[in-house]
Formats: sequence, C-alpha cells, structure tokens
Amino acid sequence: MRRVLALILAGGHGKRLGVLTEKIAKPAVPFGGKYRLIDFTLSNCVNSGIYHVGVLTQYRPHLLNSHIGIGRPWDLDRKKGGLVILQPYLGGIAGWYRGTADAVYQNMEFVDEANPEQVLILSGDHVYAMDYNDILDFHILKNAEGTIACMEVPIDEASRFGIMVTDVESRIIDFEEKPKKPRSNLASLGIYVFNWSFLKEYLIKDAENEQSTHDFGKDIIPRLIRENRRIFAFKFNGYWRDVGTIRSYWESNLELARPLPPLNLYDRHWRFYTQTEEMPPAYCAPESRISNSIISEGCEIHGIVENSVLFQGVHIGEGSTIKNSVIMTGTVVGKNCVIENSVIAERVIIKDNVQIGVGNDAPSQLDPEVYTGLITVVGMYSIIPENVRIGKNCVVGVGVSEKDFTSSEIPSGGFVLHGE
Amino acid sequence: MRVLGLILAGGHSESLGPLVSKRASAALPVFGKYRAIDFTLSNMVNAGIRKVGVLTQYNPRSLMDHLGSGKEWDLDRKNGGLFILQPYVSAEGSYWYQGTADAIFQNMTILRRGEEDYVLIGSGDHIYKIDFTKVFEFHFSTGADITLLVKYLDETYDLTKYGIMQMEGHRIVSIEEKPQHPRGNLAFLGIYFMNKYLLMELLYNYVTKGENDLLNIIVAQLSKLKVHGFLFNGYWRNVKKGIDEYFRINMDVLKKEIREELFYKYGKVYTKLKDLPPPKIGSSAVIKNSIISDGCIVNGHVENSVLFRGVIVKAGAIVENSVVMQDTVIEEGAIIKNAILDKEVLIRQQSRLVGKEKLAVLEKRAVL
Repeated sequence: MRRVLALILAGGHGKRLGVLTEKIAKPAVPFGGKYRLIDFTLSNCVNSGIYHVGVLTQYRPHLLNSHIGIGRPWDLDRKKGGLVILQPYLGGIAGWYRGTADAVYQNMEFVDEANPEQVLILSGDHVYAMDYNDILDFHILKNAEGTIACMEVPIDEASRFGIMVTDVESRIIDFEEKPKKPRSNLASLGIYVFNWSFLKEYLIKDAENEQSTHDFGKDIIPRLIRENRRIFAFKFNGYWRDVGTIRSYWESNLELARPLPPLNLYDRHWRFYTQTEEMPPAYCAPESRISNSIISEGCEIHGIVENSVLFQGVHIGEGSTIKNSVIMTGTVVGKNCVIENSVIAERVIIKDNVQIGVGNDAPSQLDPEVYTGLITVVGMYSIIPENVRIGKNCVVGVGVSEKDFTSSEIPSGGFVLHGE
Repeated sequence: MRVLGLILAGGHSESLGPLVSKRASAALPVFGKYRAIDFTLSNMVNAGIRKVGVLTQYNPRSLMDHLGSGKEWDLDRKNGGLFILQPYVSAEGSYWYQGTADAIFQNMTILRRGEEDYVLIGSGDHIYKIDFTKVFEFHFSTGADITLLVKYLDETYDLTKYGIMQMEGHRIVSIEEKPQHPRGNLAFLGIYFMNKYLLMELLYNYVTKGENDLLNIIVAQLSKLKVHGFLFNGYWRNVKKGIDEYFRINMDVLKKEIREELFYKYGKVYTKLKDLPPPKIGSSAVIKNSIISDGCIVNGHVENSVLFRGVIVKAGAIVENSVVMQDTVIEEGAIIKNAILDKEVLIRQQSRLVGKEKLAVLEKRAVL
C-alpha cells in the first residue's frame, strides 16, 4: 500500500467568475448538471484509491463545507483517514492562509500525523479525470523529489499558466509562473507530488522568508528549480480544464452536451460522485423539444432546450426557448421566454416573456476584465420581472429583486445589482 | 409517542409473471428510479418514525441490496434504524411465515424489546404518499383501538381483489376479503395502526391457535374493539395486482397532479443512490410526455414512456407507451411499443416488440 495523502486547495475565490463566486468558493461552483467543481478532484482521489484527503478551505467555505460534509458521497467517511476539512485557525504560528504554500505549511502537524511518503497537492477547482497512480508511478520511477503534472496548451494561452521547460529526461530546468513571454507551451496543471520530508523542509524555509508570497507557483517551485532539485514534469494527455473565466466555464459545460464530449461523465469505470438532493427523474412534456443537452433530475421541461445544461429541478415553461445556456439548480423559467448564451445561477426566478442574452455585442459597463465573454450572467436568488429584455454580456447580481429593475430594457453590456 | 414501523415485504405475486421471477414485489422498480418499498418507507420516515422492521421472505436479494443499511432513509442509526426480519431456523424448529400475523408473531422480539408504544404496519407494495401524523391524530382523537386505512376505489380497480368494508361513522362494522360480489367500494388499504401491546396480545391469542392472517384476527374483533377507518383520498395503488396494474402505475406518473402528489407532497421519496450522471439528450432525440432518469442517453424517439436509470435509446429507435428498466439498451432503428422491458435488456437494431391487447414483457437480461 502506498502512503499518500492528498491535500486539496479549496480556498480560492475565483474572482474572474464574477457573480458566480460572489457568495461561494470557486470549488463549490456547480458544474455539469449535478456536480460542483470539487467533486472532480475528490472523485479522482477515491477512484485512484486515495482515501486520506485534507481539504483546505478559506474563502466563503459555508456551502463548500455543507456539500462535502463528512465525505460520505465519495466514500470518504472512514474510521481511519477519510476526509478532513482544514480551515485556517488561531494559535501559534497560524492565521489566515497567506498563499497556497502557507496553507500547507500551517497544516504540517496534520500531515506529519498521517506520516505519508508522498503528498499529492491538488486544486479543488479543476475539471478532469486523472488516475493519480500514473503520476505517483512516474514520480517514483524518476526518483524525483517533486513532480508537476503538465499539459501542452496553445501558445497564446500559455501566459495564463505556470510554464516549464524540461530536458530529455522530463526534468524541469526552468519554471516561470504566468510569463509574459512564455519559453514553451508546457503548462502546469497545479497538480503536484512531493516527498513529504523534502517538501516540509522547503515549506519551513519559505515560511521564514519575508520576501515570499508563500505560493507554490510563484515561490516554492521556482526556488526548487533554482536550487537544482530533482523536479520532474509528468505529461498528462487527458481532459483538464481550469474553468477560471465565465466564458471557459460556459464552454466547458456546453462541451459535455456534445455528441462526443471530451470528458465522459458516462464512464462506469471512472465515476464522479457528488452530494445531491433527492429528486424524481426529469419529465419532458408532450410539447417539449430537447436536443444536444444535459438535463437533470427534478427538471420539468415544457419548452425548447438546445445545446444547454440544465441542473437539478429546473423548470422551463411552455413556449420558452433555452439555447447555449447553463441553468443551475432550482431555477424556474416562466412562459414564452428566450434565454441564449447565458449562465443563470441557482434558484433564480424568471417570469413570463423575459428575454436574456439577445441583441448586439457590447463591452461590459460593470467590469470588462471579468465579463468579457459575451455571456450574460444572472446571480443566484435573483428575480427577473415579466417582459424584461436583457442584452448580451450583461450582469444581473446576486439576490436582485423585481424592484431593482428600473427599466424593462437592459442593453448589451449593462447590469442590474441588488439595491440596498 | 413512539411508533414502530413494520413493512410487509415478503410477497410474491404470480400475476406479475417474469417481473417477479427474481425479486420480491416490494422491490419492483417504479417511476424511473424508485422501488415500490421506497414509498411506504419514506412515508414512515417522513412521519418521524425512527425504527422500521422490514419483513421479507420471497426472493429478498434485490430488496436487501436496495435497503442496505437504511442509510438513504436516514435509518442507519445507533438507536432504532432499519431491521430486516427474515424467516429463520431456531432450536425449536424452522418455519416459513404462514401469513402476516404469523410473520409478525415470529418476530415478537422487535415488539417486546423496543420502547415504542404504537405500531404502524404497512406493505412494501403500495404506491402512495401520506402524512401519517394525520393518521396518528385521527386514532387518538376518535379513541380508536385499531385504525385501518380505507379508500373509496373507483372503477379502475378490480374490487374483487381487495378487502371491502362497511363503516358506520368512524367505525368499521364489517370486512369482506376479496368478495365475489362486493357490497360497496370502500376498500382496506392494508395499513394498520394500533397500540403495540394490543397487537402483541392479539398475536399471542390467535396465532398460537392457528390464525395466521392479521386482517382475519381483526375481523374477529370488530364487535369487541373499536376498529376505525381513516379515509384516505389520495393516490393509492398496489403494484402487486398484476402486470397491467404495474404498467398503469408507471404511466400514471406522466400526469402532472399525480407526479406532484407522489414526489413533492408530504416530504420526499428517498431511494438508493446510484451516482449516475444526468441524462444526455442528443441532436436527433424527440422526447414527449416521458420520464427520463439519470444516466440515460437518448438519441431516438421516446413518447409516453418511463425510462429508468442508464437506459440508452439510440438514433432512429422508437419507444412508445413503454416502461424501460435500468441499463436497457435499445439499438438503432428498433421499435418498442406497449411493452415492459426489465433491467439490462438488449434490443438489437431494427428489432420490433409491439404489445397489442396484452403488454409485451421482456424479462431481465433478455436479448431481442
């Protein structure tokens, strides 16, 4: 038996997901009809036979905690090991996690207690299917001190990632976090294997360094490479996505509904587990028309759904058309609505004759950095009154009520936020 | 007040043919993801019952697999929880259950040992949603010794298959089991509520004298005890009454009112989790008036049908007026009408299965 402990970094905010992460941590963002992002990493762990997992939380952990619970859906409710939530705490050296490396540093005692040979450091906000035994085998075969999973990405996207240069042995000779001028297209996936005793030494050194931002990508890994340690790159050829932006979130969801999706949720040998609400199966009415879509339990569909992903308990009224959209749990769409190119968060109420995501393209007036993808986003618990027309690239905030709409026409790029 | 739930789930019904050749009728799959017993079990749990005994006998494997530790119903408990009561061999001999009363009698320990004061006895074959706390209230406010659930059945039920009773006020004055010529249409729903000690007393008195049926014992008490009828007005059907009834029940859920009553009223229906992805509907799919469950992949034409979990309907296939159970695959161009396909059936390309007056039924793992 391998002695491996997995640590999942799940404290991230995911600022570039805008209103979708206003109230919840990025790992808790719903994905693929019934899952949340962290389900993919948790499922990969148990499918790889790793049953001792620490989840490091910080930003808005409430929903994430209740989703994970004691780890029952992933069979991580165990007598020995199992799932442990590691939140920031007071006492001794501790405080808020200053960075990813600091988060692990602050939980050194927990790791020591488990006494693993290797620690597997993972992110809670990536969508992928990976057998971690492959990277662990590779790590041991190479007699490495650390191993980083990587993937070739299009060169024009390379500056979003940690980029590495390797020699013929796959040993990493150069590493740069988010370089302006990338020297290769080999990107870090944020999946690391370290020998624990080795990593611990560096975590302690890093914690004492006042210049450090205490981040794996920015501080620890560059230092390891500088000091010529045995760090190797494990090339991963499967599907992996960091759904970091609204556009990529929307795209990755819709990809699942394709005839040959890049990630196969239906593989009975590599299942994804999640905590779901008990709901009856979906019902499709006589007048419904559904194509190229994922629908979920509890859905009642009376309208037209094309190229879309509907989460649990979504109701689509008669005469409504949903196209190229992601609609999260419990959202109710009234009659004769049109929703296109949109992401509608959980438990939104859309009344009759509403149009969303229609019209011309326009830059966002709220935050063009975040809302760039020409996708209209509606935050959770919002209510959209009858006859409203909302354009492309628009934002409706979290918990917006009917009276927050001062006009029935929100032009493309516009926004409506919750008034106090 | 503490209530012990007992669910009679040992039944076998000849009239269900191949559907029950490998499972107890309480384990019959219904509505895409449930099994018949989920309804009674969920009703009990939703009413606050924390200890439930399930009496099994006929072919219990799939039922056991389904119930597991009772976790899905929140019945995996230190105190109380789920108890499986199967027939057993003991030093005194071995006995199959001879009837409902005998089955409970042989498990007297669960009655004797618990702290419960009352017993609610239901059947694993019944499909209905109820707020049992209303039954408890009725029992106490009318001062009943025994409360039986009753319902006026309409012409869609075969009255000769039910216990037909006469009531005066709340009180039941006569019960006729499966009468040739039923007097009236007030039927017993097979659900009993009474004081635990009264039940124990009745069992000690009658079962030892050879009476093995609980209803017969109660019939004999009608003049001595206050046996009251709680009138239930909701949806209630018994899957054990035959293939047509089983089919009809599944089709009923395509009606909005029935779906709402069964799935959303008086709490949820809980069932064993399967961890399948949500259904995927392809570009050539047409789905009308149908239930589609997790793990399904549909590219064909599905109309007035219930698809269970993991069913695959390939492009060009037609499924109409049919119940298709878990993991069945219907290949390209096949036609299925008026049929019940059990689990893991394979319908090959271009095959045809069309039920006429009689439904077409394929048993588990059949290949066509």
